[in-house]
Amino acid sequence: MDSSNVPEFTPKHGVPPRLRDYFTGASSFQRQLASVRKQTPFGQTPSRRKIPQCSPLQENIDPQKIAFLLHKQWTLYTLTPMYRFSYTNLKQYSTLLKCFLAAEKQKGLAVEMGEDFNFKVTFSTLSGMKGTHRDPAAFLIQIVSKSQQSSKNAEDKVVWTGWFCCVYGDSLLENVPDDFTCLPLFLANGAESNTALIGTWFQKTFDCRFTRLTISAFNLSWMAAMWTSCNMEHYGTATELLWSVPCSPQSLDISYAINPEDAKALWDGVHQTPEEITQEEVDLFIDCLCSHFHRHFKINLSATRLVCVSTSVASAHTDGKIKILCSKYLIGVLAFLTELAIFQIE
Amino acid sequence: MSTPEADLSLFIPIIQTNPLAWKMRQNASGFAPLNQKYGQNDKEEYNEGDALHRALEHIRTVKEKGAVEERHLQTVEDIAWKSGLAPEDIDTLLDVALSGPFAEAVKTRMLKCLIPATLIPESAVVRAFSRLCASNCSNNTKVLFFRWLIAMFDFIDGKEEMNSLYGFFFSFLQEETMSCYICNFLYLLTKRENVKPFRVRKLLEFQSKVGMQPYLQALLSLYRSFCPDLITISLPPKRKFYFKTTDSIWQAAVCIVKERNQKSPLPSVKLTIGTAYSHPQKKKWNSGCVIPMPTSSHVSKEEQDEEGDSSSLEVMLSGQKSFPLEQLHTFSQLLDNIQDVELPSQMCSVLKSAPLLHYLNCIQDETVWLRLSYWMSQELKEGCTWCKVSNYTSEEEFRKFLDIIISAQCFLQEGFPSSEVFLYKSLPLWDGISCRTEYLQLLSWIPLGNFSEIKPLLCDSLTQLFFTSSIYHKCSVLYSLKQLLENWLLWHAMKVSMKSTLSISADTPMIALNSVSELIYYVGWLSTIALRLEKNSSFLLHFILDFFEMVSDMYLNYNLPLVVIFPRGVFYPALLTSDSIALNRLCYIMYRYRVNLTASKENALIYQERLKFNKTYQEFNEYVTALVDCLWTSTSFEKDHYLYIDPQILEKTKIREYKKSLNLINHPALLPYSINFLLQGWPNEKELSLSSIQKKKWNWYLDYLLLEELHGLHLFMESSLDIADSASSAHTHPAHKTPKTCMSEPV
Repeated sequence: MDSSNVPEFTPKHGVPPRLRDYFTGASSFQRQLASVRKQTPFGQTPSRRKIPQCSPLQENIDPQKIAFLLHKQWTLYTLTPMYRFSYTNLKQYSTLLKCFLAAEKQKGLAVEMGEDFNFKVTFSTLSGMKGTHRDPAAFLIQIVSKSQQSSKNAEDKVVWTGWFCCVYGDSLLENVPDDFTCLPLFLANGAESNTALIGTWFQKTFDCRFTRLTISAFNLSWMAAMWTSCNMEHYGTATELLWSVPCSPQSLDISYAINPEDAKALWDGVHQTPEEITQEEVDLFIDCLCSHFHRHFKINLSATRLVCVSTSVASAHTDGKIKILCSKYLIGVLAFLTELAIFQIE
Repeated sequence: MSTPEADLSLFIPIIQTNPLAWKMRQNASGFAPLNQKYGQNDKEEYNEGDALHRALEHIRTVKEKGAVEERHLQTVEDIAWKSGLAPEDIDTLLDVALSGPFAEAVKTRMLKCLIPATLIPESAVVRAFSRLCASNCSNNTKVLFFRWLIAMFDFIDGKEEMNSLYGFFFSFLQEETMSCYICNFLYLLTKRENVKPFRVRKLLEFQSKVGMQPYLQALLSLYRSFCPDLITISLPPKRKFYFKTTDSIWQAAVCIVKERNQKSPLPSVKLTIGTAYSHPQKKKWNSGCVIPMPTSSHVSKEEQDEEGDSSSLEVMLSGQKSFPLEQLHTFSQLLDNIQDVELPSQMCSVLKSAPLLHYLNCIQDETVWLRLSYWMSQELKEGCTWCKVSNYTSEEEFRKFLDIIISAQCFLQEGFPSSEVFLYKSLPLWDGISCRTEYLQLLSWIPLGNFSEIKPLLCDSLTQLFFTSSIYHKCSVLYSLKQLLENWLLWHAMKVSMKSTLSISADTPMIALNSVSELIYYVGWLSTIALRLEKNSSFLLHFILDFFEMVSDMYLNYNLPLVVIFPRGVFYPALLTSDSIALNRLCYIMYRYRVNLTASKENALIYQERLKFNKTYQEFNEYVTALVDCLWTSTSFEKDHYLYIDPQILEKTKIREYKKSLNLINHPALLPYSINFLLQGWPNEKELSLSSIQKKKWNWYLDYLLLEELHGLHLFMESSLDIADSASSAHTHPAHKTPKTCMSEPV
């Protein structure tokens, strides 16, 4: 039997080490403290970032799976590192989760493990969905309801989908012990009640914590700039920005749509440094758009709040919903979202 | 068939704690009419042991039905309800009750009076159970036996042998009439190794037959907590009780017997399932500030280690011993099972369980604290009402949440790193009002670190808030800073005492010294300005003096080689106050400073740093001189004294004898005392003359001040004034006293 299961005792030595002693060196706590010390109550995001690029690892992803992830609206969550999650046990997790869901749905009745229900839960890895080799593998969960008809043609229907990923999560990974798996970004599509049950199961099983990831107007403007800068062969949709005017009783939204080629031309005018984007460029880009709008409509957009950005690459809403449209820049979008997620859990 | 629970609750409907009342109640109910033979008079004489022995002997030898003598049965009942039965008597009675040729009613009476005086031998239970299985007992008898087992479970001296009969007990589930009692009993008896796949299947079959029965749900959830990989169940959130508790009457009887025998009743540890599972589920699933109850890990380590599909059967057969957290409620349970305790599936749940906090405190595992830390920093951020990350939590909820964290910190005597980080991050946004008490308590648990690192994170925001907030806020902040200082001093004292056993780096004490002194300077600076802002409010002054009272005693109380004197901005307002208690405290603090300074002269470290300490001595001497000048020698306004004021200005105030206006008699804080002294001592004098307090009267006045509980003043006087010639001082003028200053050279 594995004896390492039993934590070590030190009754003879008397005084246990103080809490602080566990957080020595370059541990996450020290870094947290350091980040606070930088006088950043809500932290500072980097003032320059790389232009989203395709990851060479992306080629490993099954194109069918990518297609499945595109054009769906995902609700974003952050997730603290999972304790003792193991990729070798995915099959078992699916059984456990299935029975948990069944037990929750018929509250009060016990459910035997391995019992058959009219739905199934599948766990599958999304290999290649990572920025570097150090990133842990992303994985996907689906709830599939089995068709009632016995005929073979009847397709099983996907009721709920959720996936966990970590793209370029180095800053988080380097300080977390091996017992933890860091997949700070969780994306869900399907009924919120299912998300709640599955989230609860993960929280109970892997001692992690889900939080909604909202995107601030500041980060939305970064997204607008980053996604405009992407080289697209053809543009699917117009670039559209949505500003919200805070007025009662209902808020008023101002939609601002631009021809994507024009937006790209404006960006190229603003953009100077070759492989990266700076904060000044982002500010300038948005300012240009706003002053253009002001010239035509005499409305000062800088007094309102940016709530939604949609481009041909992806569209994002401030309340934490995202739709990814272009497979080429999938990794780039996820990298930025991972960065935001890591920022939120630290 | 009559319902079993009606049976028992009939005869003694009210639980009495008084044995006599108990007896009478029995009498009145008619259940056990006292045999007239054993009237009050006889009772004194007859020997209980012998009588019981005879009675049992008789009962044992009864050969045919109906031959049992009522007299003997009565004796047994009387003694059992009064003093309880010894283990061997229980054994005998239980055996005959289940095997003897008695009528149903007699058997029932025998079973009901099986009240242990001390413990119940396990062998008796095992024997009785085998009788029950073998002989032709009625259902009523069986039910009564199981109810007795449930009620007396804690008094059975061992459970191992009983547990080995688990399968037999389990098979009784088939009898529907007693299934709820069997479930309850199995709930008490079940261990992890009893949970087997075939039993799970049997229970599920049973469930499909009887549906959602609370007693079955409880047993199933226990099975789940042992083997989450075999079965799962989600309990409805509202239910509180899963088992009937009508048999409290037996437990009451046991309590009375124990009380009679003058032994403290055994701690009865009932497994309560209800409270552990019910918590409001109205909230959103991931909303902040919800702390779950501790539950065992749903995926055990074994499963994790196995590759591919794990065969749960193997895990079962490996006979892993572990104590489910759901059953861990007390410290003694923790001690008994400490080798088998598992960590909870969600580490945050330890905050609600004192035994688990104890446990965490003695295991060495970094991941434990990391798990707690990840969770807590999210939870604090989500819940914080003034950071407005989300609106899930109300201020009230957040307050309660902070309370739980704080009590855990107090329990561990240590702050959580995540709450420290939260404090630094959220302080710049804090309005100074929301959750003030709780939030400031977080402040007092900041770990002892480098103050120069903490200062920019903490003091900048805190200072701004401090100066712009009400006096009550100022006082609360000062109070928390005092707590912080106390915690730091205690940590330091602990480190010093550990030094002999553990090697700590040499610079730790220096960091502690610097941090503590910087903290004190910071508070001194805050206090100086606060006193000016609040016009020397005596309310505020008391909080400040509280702080410095602790500071003055650091060397002796906390073994810290450091004496920091308070700033002038605190000393002079306290000296010139009109509040006698503040003045008294000032004198007391000065007295403690002297004691500490004197004691520290021998300290080697201070000896090395004596040049630095010279300043401390100088400051102290200045204060002593000022105090004595003021209160005794009335020279404080003279040239070269700190309070020097141009005599011409003083003349203009037209105060007669302004020089003496701050002495022990005329000081605004002491004036009421001197007037009262004269009024009480010389009630017939027509004119009050304060200047008449001289010589003999002066000494009486000093005694009077001591009687009025101004001990600080007295202690200061005794220690700091040259009173070598105290006998002659009765005749000298008080002005002749000279201050006894501390030597500036600590050699």
